[in-house]
Amino acid sequence: MKYAYFPGCSLECSSAAYDVSVRKVAELLGIGLAELDDWNCCGATEFFSQDELVACSVVARNLALVDPGIDQLVAPCAACYLNLKKTDHLMTEDAGMNAKISEALSAGGLSYQAGRVHVRHLLDVIYTDVGEAAIREKVKRPLTGLRVAPYYGCQVVRPLDGFDDTEHPVKLDELFTWVGAEVVDYPLKTHCCGGHMTQISEPQAFELIRRLLDSAVDRRADMILCMCPMCQLNLDAYQRQVASHFHTRFDMPIVFFTQMLGIAFGLEPKELGFGKEIVGAEPVIRAKLESTASTSTA
Amino acid sequence: MITMPTDERSLTFLDEVVADAPGAERIVHCMQCGSCSGSCPNGPDMEYTPRTLFGLIAAGQRDRVLSANTMWCCVSCYACTTRCPQNIPITEIMYALKRLSLREGLTAKTDAPALARTFTGLLEKYGRSFEFGLASRYYLFNKPMAMLKLGPLGLSMFTRGRMSLVPAKIRQLDQLHAIIKKARELGGTA
Repeated sequence: MKYAYFPGCSLECSSAAYDVSVRKVAELLGIGLAELDDWNCCGATEFFSQDELVACSVVARNLALVDPGIDQLVAPCAACYLNLKKTDHLMTEDAGMNAKISEALSAGGLSYQAGRVHVRHLLDVIYTDVGEAAIREKVKRPLTGLRVAPYYGCQVVRPLDGFDDTEHPVKLDELFTWVGAEVVDYPLKTHCCGGHMTQISEPQAFELIRRLLDSAVDRRADMILCMCPMCQLNLDAYQRQVASHFHTRFDMPIVFFTQMLGIAFGLEPKELGFGKEIVGAEPVIRAKLESTASTSTA
Repeated sequence: MITMPTDERSLTFLDEVVADAPGAERIVHCMQCGSCSGSCPNGPDMEYTPRTLFGLIAAGQRDRVLSANTMWCCVSCYACTTRCPQNIPITEIMYALKRLSLREGLTAKTDAPALARTFTGLLEKYGRSFEFGLASRYYLFNKPMAMLKLGPLGLSMFTRGRMSLVPAKIRQLDQLHAIIKKARELGGTA
């Protein structure tokens, strides 16, 4: 299985734990990821707020850079995934936009035929292309007894014809039952984390973050699993500030789903970027590793 | 359905909105059910909820709509879009309203445009986003006091290797710039 890989800007630095764990897990599962050479930022929501044609043209450069021998592009970040998919969709559906974007690309000596590249989210690739049997086979350290809250966020499941339900997605839930975890029925799994509102209007974002954390606490989750860098950043890095804003306490580890897959597959926390989270996941992980060690020696 | 008034000015505004977002012509099918407003996580902070905003668009209230904070509260979660029983691409319309309000210079009530401009300014300079540059520039020019509060957060990100002081750059910046320049010419925004 060979895929072009679009890490996105967050994975280069603030979500480096996602990038290292994606690469490790992909390798172990036989997902061949070839990083897209010289990819550029997808513009997040910020370019679309200012100029749609420029926004799409900037995104389309990445689609045009995909090796002609590869027709699948994998993005682990929700915003990158949506922007790549949305641009391809718009070029396919809207002939006028397609002509303009193509003309802009040709000014840079590039071309892209709408619909040529199939943009995929990493979860979809793991769930669908690797599949249950192969994943169960790789489990060396089942996550038995670990209560995980699967958090999908917004832009992986909405708005376009996605690979899962827009209101009640289940694929991350199912994936974690395959690796032995106790998956919490997390009612806010597709609710918004506030996105860039943490930078624009803190009280507004903090209320959304509080709801997500409270709900995970109510359901006695040991951790929240993320698949978007923005969600992870808001819930993890701002957790202390949110707690102090509401005069309460939170101690909820927020990790990327690929980090926990790696643990289940027997990889070591250090190889998976653990330790980069602000709210330490280490106590939960250590307890897990110790309980597995004692079961296997028993 | 909303009955669209026939006077020229209000039709012009509706046309403007429709012209600026793919699929936005479906806005005339809005039946004011309020699913969008009920689904919106940021609804409580909006001057007008999406349902009210669409009523104002129908009534041709151009300046009221374009100077509202509504679209700037939208963070593109698409909950409204997927729930709209009339398949109106609401989030895309919010984007179109952001663009129109920027063009008209009617966005005094929020820092969202400043964040957007700082973000894309760095993207154009380096081809990649630069988180440290974004945070420092945006806070310095827009909310310098908040910078002090964020110090400890920035430091803990830095010590965990989650913040770089040096921007990443793409190799073929000239190519990206040529694409952006051409797109601006074609869109009439050069």
